[in-house]
Amino acid sequence: MTEPILSVRGLSVEFVTRRGTLRALDNISFDIARGEVLGVVGESGAGKSVTGSAVIGLIEPPGRIAGGEIRLAGQRIDNLGRDAMRHVRGKRIGMVFQDPLTSLNPLYRVGDQLVETILAHLPLSPSAARKRAIDLLAEVGIPAPDRRIDGYPHEFSGGMRQRVVLALALCAEPELVIADEPTTALDVSVQAQIIALIRRLCRERGTAVMLITHDMGVIAETADRVAVMYAGRIAEIGPVRDVVQDPLHPYAVGLMGSIPTLAGEAERLVQIPGSMPRLTAIPAGCAFNPRCPRVFSRCHVERPEPIARGAHQVACFLYDPASGLPDPRQRAGVSPEVGA
Amino acid sequence: MTDQADAVDVKAQVEAARARAPSWLARFRDSDILASFLSSKVTMLSGFITVVMIVGALFATWIAPTNPFDPASVNLIDSLFPPRWIEGGDPRFLLGTDNQGRDLWSAILYGMRVSLIIGICGVIIAATLGIGLGLLAGYAGGRIDAFIMRVADIQLTFPAILIALVIDGVVRALFKGLPREQTAFGVLVISIGLSFWVQYARTVRGSTLVEKNKDYVQAARLIGIPAPLIMLRHVLPNVIGPVLVILTINLALAIITEATLSFLGLGLPPTQPSLGTLIRIGNDFLFSGEWWIVAFPGVTLAVFVLAVNLLGDWLRDALNPKLR
Amino acid sequence: MSTLVEVRDLRRVFDVSKPWLERTLARESRMLLKAVDGVSFSIQRGETFALVGESGSGKSTVARMVVGLLQPTAGEVMIDGVSMTAAADAAARRRLRRRIQMIFQDPYASLDPRWRVGRIIAEPIRAFGLARGDAVTARTGELLRLVGLDPADAAKFPHEFSGGQRQRIAIARALAAESDFIVCDEPTSALDVSVQAQILNLMRDLQDRLGLTYLFISHNLAVVRHMATTIGVMYLGRVVEVAPARQLFAAPRHPYTRMLLDAVPDLALSGRPRTPVQGEIPNPISPPTGCTFHPRCGLANDRCRRENPVLRDGVACHAVEEGRDMAMPAAAVTA
Repeated sequence: MTEPILSVRGLSVEFVTRRGTLRALDNISFDIARGEVLGVVGESGAGKSVTGSAVIGLIEPPGRIAGGEIRLAGQRIDNLGRDAMRHVRGKRIGMVFQDPLTSLNPLYRVGDQLVETILAHLPLSPSAARKRAIDLLAEVGIPAPDRRIDGYPHEFSGGMRQRVVLALALCAEPELVIADEPTTALDVSVQAQIIALIRRLCRERGTAVMLITHDMGVIAETADRVAVMYAGRIAEIGPVRDVVQDPLHPYAVGLMGSIPTLAGEAERLVQIPGSMPRLTAIPAGCAFNPRCPRVFSRCHVERPEPIARGAHQVACFLYDPASGLPDPRQRAGVSPEVGA
Repeated sequence: MTDQADAVDVKAQVEAARARAPSWLARFRDSDILASFLSSKVTMLSGFITVVMIVGALFATWIAPTNPFDPASVNLIDSLFPPRWIEGGDPRFLLGTDNQGRDLWSAILYGMRVSLIIGICGVIIAATLGIGLGLLAGYAGGRIDAFIMRVADIQLTFPAILIALVIDGVVRALFKGLPREQTAFGVLVISIGLSFWVQYARTVRGSTLVEKNKDYVQAARLIGIPAPLIMLRHVLPNVIGPVLVILTINLALAIITEATLSFLGLGLPPTQPSLGTLIRIGNDFLFSGEWWIVAFPGVTLAVFVLAVNLLGDWLRDALNPKLR
Repeated sequence: MSTLVEVRDLRRVFDVSKPWLERTLARESRMLLKAVDGVSFSIQRGETFALVGESGSGKSTVARMVVGLLQPTAGEVMIDGVSMTAAADAAARRRLRRRIQMIFQDPYASLDPRWRVGRIIAEPIRAFGLARGDAVTARTGELLRLVGLDPADAAKFPHEFSGGQRQRIAIARALAAESDFIVCDEPTSALDVSVQAQILNLMRDLQDRLGLTYLFISHNLAVVRHMATTIGVMYLGRVVEVAPARQLFAAPRHPYTRMLLDAVPDLALSGRPRTPVQGEIPNPISPPTGCTFHPRCGLANDRCRRENPVLRDGVACHAVEEGRDMAMPAAAVTA
């Protein structure tokens, strides 16, 4: 078994504010294998963007990494100094942000930004770097790249700009790309194109992708595995097909049920009562216990550790043999609860 | 659907909730602004100084040992005494006296009061004019906006002193009979008001342009609320934040402007000196050795303006949502 | 079922030219943006009519014209027989205004941050003179309960609530004047998926209980499927297809509708065959000639490049008219 390209163990991120310390991430662990696309999905406040920022070393005070390890190809990167981290960023980890308008510097030509990044990380001459930039633009689907390389960001449409940002992320041949909501600001038809592009390019290069989004549909199309986050913790992590079609954690069950789809009858959507807790008021024990339809006494007291079920891992006492409960999957007709 | 009893019950619930909700004072105590104020010693010191000076000025009648504006209590024989701790000083006069025999300490207190009142009135006029025009320009847009902004641009080309001269001339021509004492106050206040309204107008116009497009304004338009009411009830409370900062800094500027105008002889007559007038009087005596007449009013003015400016700086940072 | 809302040939043009002086010096002509270019549809009482489209389709502009926040450049909006665009006397207009309300997209910008929630909800009640004094407080409490909140929440400020709760407050405000026609401009786009489910369920419940009629604007076809009775698909200011919801999803006809359906990510992972999406939405200031969709359409011919198709039998497409659309693989969604 080859070593995973990214290994996160026990990561915790805190924000120290006047009103107390917020735990944005609370002891999470996951791996990303080489060339794999891991989706990190969750609603607002779940901590998925913080995870991305922590991996790439962009947590600014009052936030700080309070514990745990982040390893890139076996090497620790969470304790690197600013300069060392800057070197890792771009060369070994590429980043695609949500808003292409702010990811590109509006004052510089697109070509200049690409060439600058290439020269910073690869030993090429300026003309070789420019040629490489043009090739990259062609690969991401920009028509007439030799002309458009000299264009400014505002001359590109939203979808085109995101393609350029993708090219920027890939130009130094990173081993891992972190994409934070790459398609949220785009129209539905363009979204489909960009998702397909990300998938294809990363497959071809063997680049791993950490795809952060709130859109389960995008994950279903693009990812190999998915981690479902809730209140700074990972509720469930497993192969996409399994988590989407047969979720285990009650939150994941509720989440999948509440997504409107084109298939199936147009009835009432499943709704989970209440809302995600504020980071200053995370309940004791399992963070989901106030809203869980299957809650029992142990949930209020202890925090569940991830329990393995094949390739799937779920942090829920329902699946812990020690709870003394019958296996939920054994019961006939396991159906999602319809909330009031 | 509503029972009489049910309605009363709901009302009781709402009243109870309102009573339970933290009061204005409690919210203030817990607020970010207060915490930010208490975290900076410089700010707290500035605040303290400002408050002390304002209180001192307002209660001048009770604090000052003499009334320097009352010709009866002023005696020419007492003129040009140095401060008490210097040889030659008189124990009655803490900071010495000026050329008319006025106790400098009392004159500073009374002068501070005059300066403050003129400054505050001037700023009120500037703020009212500026906020009103800014709201109108921002909300109405189009030609009205263009017109008001051009007027503002033109206004900025005239320095305060020039405006004061013009107004003074106009007032003198219109009210030939009135003595200087009575018109000076009005002239000063109007000049300051006219000189400073543009800053308010521009800031408020910018904020209004942003708020105007927000959905809550559209929602109010939808139910047919007339534009002036929308501007007053919805837009104004939401654009007033930056105005508070400008008000603070403007006050200091207004007082200096008044001092300048008085120094140049356009302001109050020497019988009711403001700080500026005192400085002017003292200036004449500086090189003949009676330094205290210009020094103490000058230092007072400088300290007050500095304190208010620092307070304004803090307020601007505290109210800036991006820095919170 | 009677017609509550009738929209006829609605048009709206925006002048986005540079100021006169700059234009003359640069010798540029005026730039006109045809945001809405001849839209017609009707909404039956008690149903939910959805307008679906991507950015630049003009759906939000249509919503604002229907509601009266924006004046149309041409065309007519009739609500219950009364014209919105040419209401003669103030009284008729006032009566009409009370019956129409709007729910906005951004829950953080649609409530005045300086007003307490109770005052926000009471604003329409007071504006239309529906109640006074204590009765206002009572009605506000009732409305809050109706949308699933506590009457005591009237004392709080908007920032004390989450996005989903704010949208509930916005719904309460929309119902305060006892309106029967509500225009919803992407009401759940800014909300998390699980919160969206709560709000959509609430909206359906309220519709059943109070007999409301909705004009629902959205870019999300899946959401629309759960809410709409009839769906109109818009592209660059024109309606390209109108059909009852079931029919639109079972047998979409216009190539753009098919493209939209294909682009929706497939959660069921059914591996259904899909045609790849081509191109991007063109610049609305200089749209393509003829049928504005032709650069992205696999069935475009010369006529498509020259002539703009007219909405006939619920679809505006030459290929469908001429029977050429059988060549495209079916993009129907199977249950």
